[in-house]
Amino acid sequence: MTLNEVISASASRIEKVSDFFGKMTWYCTLLMVISGAYNAIVRSLAGWAHIDPSNASTFEKVLHWVGEVARQGSSNTFIELQWYFFSLIFLMGAAHALKAGAHVRVDIFYNRLSRRGKAWTNVLGTLIFLLPFCALMIGTSWPAVTDSWARLEGSPDPGGLPRYPLLTIIPIAFLLLMAQGLAFAAREALHLFHPPELNHQIKENGI
Amino acid sequence: MGFEWLAPLMFAVALILIFSGYPVAFSLGGVSLIFAVVGIITGYFDWHLMLALPDRLFGIMSNYTLLAVPFFIFMGTMLEKSHLARDLLHTIGLLFGPVRGGLAFAVIFVGVLLAAATGIVGASVVAMGMIALPVMLNNGYSKELSAGVITATGTLGQIIPPSVVLVVLADQLGVSVGDLFIGALVPGVLLALLYALYATGVAVIKPSVAPAIPKTVREQEHGELLRKIFLVMLPPLLLIFVVLGSIFAGIATPTESGALGAVGAIILAALNGRLNKKALMQTMEETAKLTAMVMMLLIASTAFALIFRGLDGGIWIEDLLINLPGGVIGFLLLANLAIFILGFFIDFFEIAFIIIPLMVLPAAHLLSPMLGVPETTALVWFGVMVGMNLQTSFLTPPFGFALFYLRGVAPPEMKTEAIYRGAIPFIGIQVLGLILLILFPDLVLWAL
Repeated sequence: MTLNEVISASASRIEKVSDFFGKMTWYCTLLMVISGAYNAIVRSLAGWAHIDPSNASTFEKVLHWVGEVARQGSSNTFIELQWYFFSLIFLMGAAHALKAGAHVRVDIFYNRLSRRGKAWTNVLGTLIFLLPFCALMIGTSWPAVTDSWARLEGSPDPGGLPRYPLLTIIPIAFLLLMAQGLAFAAREALHLFHPPELNHQIKENGI
Repeated sequence: MGFEWLAPLMFAVALILIFSGYPVAFSLGGVSLIFAVVGIITGYFDWHLMLALPDRLFGIMSNYTLLAVPFFIFMGTMLEKSHLARDLLHTIGLLFGPVRGGLAFAVIFVGVLLAAATGIVGASVVAMGMIALPVMLNNGYSKELSAGVITATGTLGQIIPPSVVLVVLADQLGVSVGDLFIGALVPGVLLALLYALYATGVAVIKPSVAPAIPKTVREQEHGELLRKIFLVMLPPLLLIFVVLGSIFAGIATPTESGALGAVGAIILAALNGRLNKKALMQTMEETAKLTAMVMMLLIASTAFALIFRGLDGGIWIEDLLINLPGGVIGFLLLANLAIFILGFFIDFFEIAFIIIPLMVLPAAHLLSPMLGVPETTALVWFGVMVGMNLQTSFLTPPFGFALFYLRGVAPPEMKTEAIYRGAIPFIGIQVLGLILLILFPDLVLWAL
C-alpha cells in the first residue's frame, strides 16, 4: 500500500464512525420531538387535575380524571430526556456535520480560492483552530467528568436522569470531532501533496 | 500589567480570521485559545477561568429556551420537505392569481409564514427561490420583480415569529422569547404589507411585469380550488396560528409550542399523504445538521466570550460604546452601522452570538432612559431593530447574502444585474421600516 492509500483508508474508517453517530443523531431529533410534545401535552392537561371532583358534573369529573392521569404521567425523566437528546444531537452530530460541510463558513474569499487554496485553508485551519479547540474542550471538561463519576452525580430534581453519562459525552464528542478533523485535514492534504511523482517516490522507497 | 491591548487585538484577529473561510465556529474557538495562551504567558489571564468552560457548556446543553431551536427547525423543514410549502404556494397563487400582482402577493404570504424555518438566510432564500421563482417567471412576471419579492420575503421571514433567529436572539439578549416574538410581530407584518403594497402598485402601473394568471388556466382548476383551500391552505395556516397563539396567550412556552408544532407538521404531512420515509429522513437529517452547526457556533462563541472577558475585553468595549460622542444617538448610529456592514459577510447566528452579547449592556443602559421603559423591554426593541437592520444588509448589493443565494438557484438567463435591480425597491422599503421603528418605538413596545 502506498502512503496515500494508508491515509485514505484511515480517513474512511474515521468517517464511517462519524457517519454512524451522525445518523444516530437524526433519530434523536424525532425522539426529541416526541418527548417534547409529550411533555407539553401532559403539562397542559395536568391543569385539569385541580378541578374539584366532589359535586362536579360528569364532564368535569372526566376532566379531573384526565388531569390526574396526565399528572401521574408527567415526570422529570421525560422533561430531562428531551434536552438529553438535544445535547446528543449537537455534541455527537458535530463530527458528521464537519464531514458533510454543514458548519457555516464566511465564504466571500474562500469561494474565490483555487482547489489548492481551499485545501491549504482546511489543513491549516484544522491544525491551528480545530484540533487545539477540541483539545481545550476535552482538557477542561475532563475534571468535571471525573468529579461527576466520583459522586455518581444525579439530577437535582426527583425522577431526573443521572448526569455523569451525559457529561461523559462531552469529551467523547470532542474526541470524535478531533478524529474527524484529522481525517478531513488528511484528505485535504492529499490534494496538496498528491502529485504523482511523490506517490512514485514513496513506492520506490518501499514505504 | 500593560496588556490591556490584548482584548482589542483578540477581537480584531478573530474578526479577520473568520474571513479565512474555515468554519466560523472553529476559527473562533481556535483564536480564543491562542489568546488565552498568550494571556497566560503574559500573566494577564487567569487559567482558572477556563475551568468555567464545562459549566458554560452544560448551561447550553440544559438551556430550556434554546431547546426551541431544533423544534422550530424540525417544524419548518417538515413543511418544506413534505412539499406542503410548495402546495401552499400553488394554492394561494391560484386564489390570488386572477388579480394582477396576485402571485407576488402569494409568494410574500407564504414566504413570511414559512421562510423562518432554518434561520439561515441562504437556506430560506434558496428554498423560496426553488419553489416560487419558476412559478413567477412562467406566469410572465418580470425577472426583477420576482427576484426582489423572493429575496426580500426570504429574509423577512427570519424576523417574523415563529423564527429560529428570534429564539436565539432572545437568548443572547436575556429577554423572553414570547416578548421578542410579539415585539417583532407588528414591524414584521407591516413590512410584509408594504412589500405587498409595492407589488400591487407595480402591477397597476406596469401590468406587463406582474400579469394575472390567464383565465384558461384558472377555469381548468376551478373545481379543485375550493377543495384545495380547505385541505391544503387552511391546515398549515392553522398550525402556525395555533403555535403563535398558544405562545402569545401564555398557554405554552415557546419550547412546548415548538415541540407541538413539529408533531403538528408531521400530522399535516400524513393527512396529505405526504409523509413518506424520504421526507421524514430528510427532515431529521436537516434538523440534526443545522442544530449541530448552530450549537457548535454557540459553544465556540461562549469560549470566545469567556476568554475575551477574562482579558477585560468586555469592560473595554462596553466603556467604548457607553461613552460614544452623541450618547444614545452615537450608540445607535455605530451599532446600526457596524451590524449593517458585518451583515454583508456574516450570517445572523454569528452576529447574534459574537457581536450582540457585547452590545447588551450598553444597549440596556442607554436605551432604557431614551425609551422610558425597563431595561429588558428596551432590549426587546433593540433586538427587533437589529433584526430589521440585518435584513436590509442581507439584501444590499453587491455583498447581500440573499442575492448571492438566489443567484445560485436562478436560471442562467436571469442576470445578476436583474437580481440587484429587483432588490433595490425592497431595500428602500426596509430602510423606511427601520426609520419608522426608531421614530415610533411603540410599534414594538405596544404589547409589553
